[in-house]
Amino acid sequence: MNSASVISTDEAPLLAVRGVTKIFPGVRALDGVDFTLRRGEIHALMGENGAGKSTLIKVLTGADRRDGGEILFDGCSIDPRSPAEAQRLGISTVYQEVNLIPFLSVAENIYLGRQPMKFGRIDWKQINLRAAAALKRLDVEMEVTQPLNSYSPAVQQMVAIARALDIRAKVLVLDEPTSSLDANEVGHLFAVLRRLKAEGLGIIFVSHFLDQVYAVSDRFTVLRNGKLIGEHEAAKLPRLELVAKMIGKDLKAVEEMSARRGAEPVRTAHHPFLRVIGLGRRGSMTPFDLTIRAGEVVGLAGLLGSGRTETARLLFGIDRAEAGRMEIDGKLVTLTSPRGAIGRRFGFCPEDRKTQAVIPDLSVRENIVLALQASKGWLRKISTQQQQELAENYIKALGIATSDAEQPIKLLSGGNQQKAILARWLASHPRFLILDEPTRGIDIGAKAEIEKLIARLCSEGMAILFISSELEEVVRDSHRVVVLRDRKKVCELTGDQIDLPSIMQAIAARADE
Amino acid sequence: MSERLSTLMPARLRPLIWPLIALAALLLFNGLFTEGFARITIKDGHVYGSLVDILKLSSRVMLVSLGMTLVIATAGVDLSVGAVVAIAGSVAAKLIVQQQIGLPMALAATSGLCLVLGAWNGTLVGWLGVQPIVATLILMVAGRGIAQLLAGGQIITVESSGFSFIAGGHFLGLPFPVTMVALMLLLTVALTRGTALGLFIEAVGNNETAALFAGVNPRAVKMFAYAFTGLCSGMAGIIEASDIKAADANNAGLYLELDVILAVVIGGTPLNGGRFDLAGSLVGALIIQTLTTTIKMRGVPVEYTLVVKAVVVLVICLAQSPELRKLLLQRRASA
Repeated sequence: MNSASVISTDEAPLLAVRGVTKIFPGVRALDGVDFTLRRGEIHALMGENGAGKSTLIKVLTGADRRDGGEILFDGCSIDPRSPAEAQRLGISTVYQEVNLIPFLSVAENIYLGRQPMKFGRIDWKQINLRAAAALKRLDVEMEVTQPLNSYSPAVQQMVAIARALDIRAKVLVLDEPTSSLDANEVGHLFAVLRRLKAEGLGIIFVSHFLDQVYAVSDRFTVLRNGKLIGEHEAAKLPRLELVAKMIGKDLKAVEEMSARRGAEPVRTAHHPFLRVIGLGRRGSMTPFDLTIRAGEVVGLAGLLGSGRTETARLLFGIDRAEAGRMEIDGKLVTLTSPRGAIGRRFGFCPEDRKTQAVIPDLSVRENIVLALQASKGWLRKISTQQQQELAENYIKALGIATSDAEQPIKLLSGGNQQKAILARWLASHPRFLILDEPTRGIDIGAKAEIEKLIARLCSEGMAILFISSELEEVVRDSHRVVVLRDRKKVCELTGDQIDLPSIMQAIAARADE
Repeated sequence: MSERLSTLMPARLRPLIWPLIALAALLLFNGLFTEGFARITIKDGHVYGSLVDILKLSSRVMLVSLGMTLVIATAGVDLSVGAVVAIAGSVAAKLIVQQQIGLPMALAATSGLCLVLGAWNGTLVGWLGVQPIVATLILMVAGRGIAQLLAGGQIITVESSGFSFIAGGHFLGLPFPVTMVALMLLLTVALTRGTALGLFIEAVGNNETAALFAGVNPRAVKMFAYAFTGLCSGMAGIIEASDIKAADANNAGLYLELDVILAVVIGGTPLNGGRFDLAGSLVGALIIQTLTTTIKMRGVPVEYTLVVKAVVVLVICLAQSPELRKLLLQRRASA
């Protein structure tokens, strides 16, 4: 399909982004991206982590300023310097987390900052009447004088949309609007979006849920690594092809690669270290079963937002499971905190190294010994000499590039920080290690070393849950692959079944198949 | 110059360099220009003089700053220390004068109560997740009221030679509060650096999520820091009451929290938590007291005192700011 053919030429587009570039220190977040939004269409922005979706939205809504290219809005070139300016122009955004004020009334929330005035005073009657009318347009009838937080997240979302629309918006940007809604509420939201679309509004929609994207969008624009991959009509782009574009695989090449297999299956003689049955939590993961054996690498594959990190958080006791049970060595356990999990000899390298793993001002040595020291308790201090030995050993074993162990960890490169965090867990001798995107944002050499390390650790009998967006890594390193989609476990592949096409099929399958 | 100077010092002492320079400059200025400042006399085996006064007068701020350093290192703050000082004075005076339970018991009970008051702050901040400023503001306001209620709206005078010794007595020639500060410093260092507590406090203050995920219990760490600060404040309250031989619930420890927070910040422990420096906080307390003494001895009108103090503190804080130093260096490079 030629993407040029779908661009209608009879009418100037509502919003035309041409060759927009945004550079952050060290990265080209957007690299000459084109994007076209027509009147009366719902256009989904698709892409994995780091694709440039949020940067594009920020540039459109004035939160960030572009470094190059042009944005035409209704045929005129615009350069919004702040979200307020973009709003005045007619581009309104509803963010993922509803950012309204919970204790103010619904009506106040809709008109905050632009209250209608009468004789120098706020005209409350007007506010309430107009708020009710704005919500009516969205098919919502509610008491607008009640505080916002007395309503459900779905209704709050509607209030946010009403606020966005009341500013005479021509373009409505919805960033992950469905992440806190249930199926019925999503249905209502989509009905409203379709009505607004019929009124001629252009809607930009960002969501990780493929089913929803297909249910509501007319068109997709796929981005990857800050570059435009293509624009497609939703009806003409098969799911598998969309997934292939998002993760950067040529579909044909993938199909030919089916000969590639995963790691050799582990002899089933290994006893299951961890078994979870029906573990789940509302809004996080639909109940799932999972068994992990000692000496086995289980890969977790799925798109961004499919529930990979949520699974890790449930297993490590960060989020408490609301349903199901967990067995370690056949014995029932309940985990209520990371401390508890570490006590069972779990380890967890989180996805977001910077905010969840690294203690920036502390030295490499202190960062490495922290988990081991925490499991020993505050009274049994590891002597400074032992700490130094531990740190030196791991710096050498993992090849951490640092001038010495006393260097603050924040001065190290991303890959070396990641190795130090791995060292933190290795030093505490876990039996089960959860690695959430351990190779994200680090250079190729460090990636290869970490993959080698994973293979060695599991051959020493460690059980490993390996989460990665790089499907080749998952295929290469896993004995078993669990595929997640929309917060559900959809299938489990073993041995010969582990190949890229099967994983992608599972990711792209429709929910009702 | 400063960079070269700091590389001469052991890494551990490097953060201490700026507060030490400031203190040395203040002392040098006084030694040269303030008459009688450096004079030290020995009477009955006790050392007297302005320098000794500074040590004695700063002992309360020093004691409380030991605890406050730990609280600030967890990225918190404790505004209630002044109120706890008032409560400690009232309780100690009441126990000694009205209950007559004996000095050691009275002091132990007072200290224990202040530990509990600190634990109350720790519960609010650590377990209930209340913002530290708000959580400790509660005790700051309520605590002074409690102290006044305990004292029945009066100043309870204490006639007890044992009690007076705490602030007025001497040990090894120096005022006894100096010994208390030294012992508490030893205890604090032993607790934080002799065990893994110091590491946990710094980890929680620098990145609480990461510390939690690594198995540290941030609640327990915060509980310790606030409870320990309660204990330190209690001891400061006992010294204050002993000094005036009475419990004055209205004025005891008034605005102490501000001097203490200032001492900690001057000492090089950042308000946003993480690395802490106990010795730095003590130097900070000494700087504040030296400044106050200087102003008094030089006959600066009292109404200027706060302004002068503010200016000097501002200069010290600016000198410590890495951003400002970077800015100045860039300027010099481009000039």
